[in-house]
Amino acid sequence: MDATINKVDDLELKLLLEALYQRYHYDFRGYSMASIRRRMKLAKDAFDCASYSMLQDRMLHDPSVLPRLLSYLTVQVSEMFRDPHYFRAIREKVIPHLRTYPSLKVWIAGCSAGEELYSLAILFREEGLEQKTMFYATDINQEALDRAEAGVYARERIQLFSENYQKAGGKSSLADYYTSAYGAATFDKTLRQRTVFSDHSLVTDAVFGEMNLISCRNVLIYFDRTLQDRAIGLFKDSLMRKGFLGLGAKENLRFSAHASSFIEFSREDRLYQKTEAGR
Amino acid sequence: MRAEAKAVVIGASAGAVEALSALLPKLPERYSLPVMVVVHMPPDKDSIIAELFQAKSKVIVKEAEDKEAVRAGTVYFAPPDYHLLVEEEKILSLSNDELVHFSRPSIDVLFESAAYAYGAGLVGIVLTGANSDGAAGLRAISDNGGVVIVQDPDQAYSSPMPRAAIGLCPEAKIMTLEQIADYLQIGTGV
Repeated sequence: MDATINKVDDLELKLLLEALYQRYHYDFRGYSMASIRRRMKLAKDAFDCASYSMLQDRMLHDPSVLPRLLSYLTVQVSEMFRDPHYFRAIREKVIPHLRTYPSLKVWIAGCSAGEELYSLAILFREEGLEQKTMFYATDINQEALDRAEAGVYARERIQLFSENYQKAGGKSSLADYYTSAYGAATFDKTLRQRTVFSDHSLVTDAVFGEMNLISCRNVLIYFDRTLQDRAIGLFKDSLMRKGFLGLGAKENLRFSAHASSFIEFSREDRLYQKTEAGR
Repeated sequence: MRAEAKAVVIGASAGAVEALSALLPKLPERYSLPVMVVVHMPPDKDSIIAELFQAKSKVIVKEAEDKEAVRAGTVYFAPPDYHLLVEEEKILSLSNDELVHFSRPSIDVLFESAAYAYGAGLVGIVLTGANSDGAAGLRAISDNGGVVIVQDPDQAYSSPMPRAAIGLCPEAKIMTLEQIADYLQIGTGV
């Protein structure tokens, strides 16, 4: 393999992403390419295509290809109460502020298969805020949204979820929130009775109104700087004054053009609060 | 050297701290290359490995941050539970993708992205370890014209990883830690 082959390969990949956008309106053009390149190579091999041009041809002419391709392009690795200190900080530091509002809106942006949604729903129930809260769980991947809505997780993942839940300051036992059968844990459907699941893209879609808390973790790392800033701007405009933004453990607002619209509410937990002025 | 070296990537697993201790503290101040390192470690702990090596090194040693520009004379460690990748624009990215070889961070993920970003200007080094991560990545580095080096398995704390790398990359230079440390002086800027 030499540099020329790499260049052709990359050109084909960029054309494929352009075609994906123009034909289906999924926009991955501003994603971090190193990661896209890796996952698209897996997809190319899985579809048994010798080149990205071949894969593009199949994607454009065979409608069944798109959902599978999206599952390669969108990462769906999460766990309940991931980074327990984050959820503990929400419980101990953010919830006291939220209690003062008559009603609450919480947006889980990039909810994937719903692990974070159920974590927050459990936390809000334990803190007695569930009945005045609306949750908005969004993702670009409809299959992920369907999985989130189902709330079924493989039983071998539950031990980790339970440990995280306890470390996050859980008030009972995670087992109180699911039923086990056939190697799977199905979460209590009343946990999502106050949730709206919706297809939404941080890349191409608009503001989502007047949120008290937005949790968007390990999504921004997949974006390039420009796209990160678009998403952060979207969060800023979607939050009410003094609303909260939670990011992933390795994400921050330091380099963002919108940094001045937020204060570091709990730095080590990656929790930010929109300023009073809020621009 | 076939082409001027632009960057170094290192992968290590079991026995990593000891092996890296023979390399990183010997990098001189004003080292002209960036060095990116993946060490396998448990996902649930904050890593102190960067601080550990900063204390004994003359170069800057830090945990890699998402979308940080790669700088010469700096050693970047992948944070626990995240893959580390290099973009073509010589910017670092973190990812939360699936485990690769049961590991996150994975050596292959770093090496393959760096092979693409640096081509023939990359030096890839596989050190001690008890699995096969890094072998495919080293293959990619060699395929893109980079220099590939493997720690002598007979002298490694744990030999399976160097052996797997040699298996996929028979053209790799097999070196002791001392020889690797000497080789890395290519980045002294003289």
